[in-house]
Amino acid sequence: MRSLLGLRAAVLSLLVFAIFIAVWHLGTAGSGTAVSMDPEYAKLVGATASQGKSAMPGPADVAAKLWQHLKDPFYDRGTNDKGLGIQLAFSIARVAAGYLLAVAFAIPLGFLIGMSPLMSRALDPFIQVLKPISPLAWMPLALYTIKDSGLSSIFVIFICSLWPMLINTAFGVASVRREWLNVARTLEVGVIRRAFTIILPAAAPTILTGMRISIGIAWLVIVAAEMLVGGTGIGYFVWNEWNNLSITNVITAILVIGLVGMLLDQILARATRLVTFQE
Amino acid sequence: MSDKFIAIEGITKRFAAPDGGVTTVFENLWLGMARGQFTCIIGHSGCGKTTVLNLVAGLDEPSEGTVIVDNQAIEGPSLDRAVIFQSHALLPWLTVKGNVAYAVSSKWRRMRRADVDSHAQKFIDLVGLSGAERKRPAELSGGMKQRVGIARALSIEPKIMLMDEPFSALDALTRGTLQDEVRRICLDTGQTVFMITHDVDEAIYLADRIVLMTNGPDAVLAEIVENPLPKHRQRSDVHKHPLYYGVRNHIIDFLVSRSRPRRDQAKRLDPRHVPVVRPGAPEPIVAAEGAIPLRSSSNDDLHDAAREGKLSQCG
Repeated sequence: MRSLLGLRAAVLSLLVFAIFIAVWHLGTAGSGTAVSMDPEYAKLVGATASQGKSAMPGPADVAAKLWQHLKDPFYDRGTNDKGLGIQLAFSIARVAAGYLLAVAFAIPLGFLIGMSPLMSRALDPFIQVLKPISPLAWMPLALYTIKDSGLSSIFVIFICSLWPMLINTAFGVASVRREWLNVARTLEVGVIRRAFTIILPAAAPTILTGMRISIGIAWLVIVAAEMLVGGTGIGYFVWNEWNNLSITNVITAILVIGLVGMLLDQILARATRLVTFQE
Repeated sequence: MSDKFIAIEGITKRFAAPDGGVTTVFENLWLGMARGQFTCIIGHSGCGKTTVLNLVAGLDEPSEGTVIVDNQAIEGPSLDRAVIFQSHALLPWLTVKGNVAYAVSSKWRRMRRADVDSHAQKFIDLVGLSGAERKRPAELSGGMKQRVGIARALSIEPKIMLMDEPFSALDALTRGTLQDEVRRICLDTGQTVFMITHDVDEAIYLADRIVLMTNGPDAVLAEIVENPLPKHRQRSDVHKHPLYYGVRNHIIDFLVSRSRPRRDQAKRLDPRHVPVVRPGAPEPIVAAEGAIPLRSSSNDDLHDAAREGKLSQCG
């Protein structure tokens, strides 16, 4: 019954996809030769003018472009012409650096806030004020102080992935069931051992949920950050192709951004499942 | 009181009430327990039984007074005093074996892994959970979870076991089996046990002494009932013992009609010398705690007294 449902869902998904492609194709296809003109001239002015073809690329154009990128993802022909694979690698590397930095910072700090009501109250106003700031608003300040565009975008990733992890860690640590802590107390378990053997496993599902939210936000923000600082990365690629008026490339990049984002989310989802326990 | 293994000396617990005042849960409570003795405390919900147990466990601090264990005032929880929690309090991310081994490796920090494993296994076998070692708490029934809790408490070989209504969440059948096992294990190992319950039959079956606590706030220990049943009793015929209903009726009478003492009555009780009662005995015995002469429960007089439902009472 379950597999039958899965099969039906898959068929329906394919159907939705096919309809989408068909509508896209029909919407962007030309209407044929509208005006009779000299073939040489028609070739000169292009299909858009001669056959009423839309300037928006059709699915076949995008598929061809995607295939072209996939065949040769890592070419490097100068500053403004790098393979999609290289651009993605730059973006993923920045996200990884900023994100891991945030993990290293947020989890110990979250433990501190979660374990100490004093710290929780003292730091709460700062967190409440800093949390709603758009990460890109930090960019000028980062550029001014760090004086390096690559590091600045890493900083922006750091600051945007920090809050969900920090808040979730603090919440997870603070809401560890009292009875589990009492078990540790009656067994005379020391602070360090208690943190690693009771609090960490008990709070792990909450912490990883925060990490999953963070990776999603980080991947959203990196595109915008790279558009701003330029140079390399998938965000820069999108903006560069917009300046080149290559809508095909822009759509290809959008698709790839979505796929990588999904992949990152799935990795964290799987990790969350690993540490989730049933009560 | 130095002959007492556990001595609760004048403990008081107060909480800040929501209206700004102070709620006194109980005040100036005195109670002693001898080594190897099984003591049950009975009272209505909210009378502060759990607070007393938490104070003895060291999980909570008294507002006044001290708890002395083995001639030393306690400072916080200790591995000498194992607690069996009402809600099992198993760590759900660990297996059965993992939960017991966690306690073992907490007590003997330098023990080798293989030794921790075999030590844990011994206690898992003792509570009859062999074969379920690799299961997680979520896969176990309530009774099995509580067995793990008991194995965990026993595995650290404590001097004292503290149980907070350990069987109250179980169905009657499982409860009976577990009571039998706890009784067997405690007798075999000579454990000193302090247990909270609200089940009168459970108290009579398990305990050597049953402490009756009045309702809170301002709860006091009203009586200590010496269990007149023979030490070696069987679940199958304990309720047929001539003194059984004497004890049972005495405790139920207390819970129904005497657990809410008038203020002047409570004042008259000397908290240091809680009256000791031995229901079913032919004559009332008024004596300070611990000074009770042991009587043979097979005495014919006792049988008669029990049949007539005559209860001794003092205080």
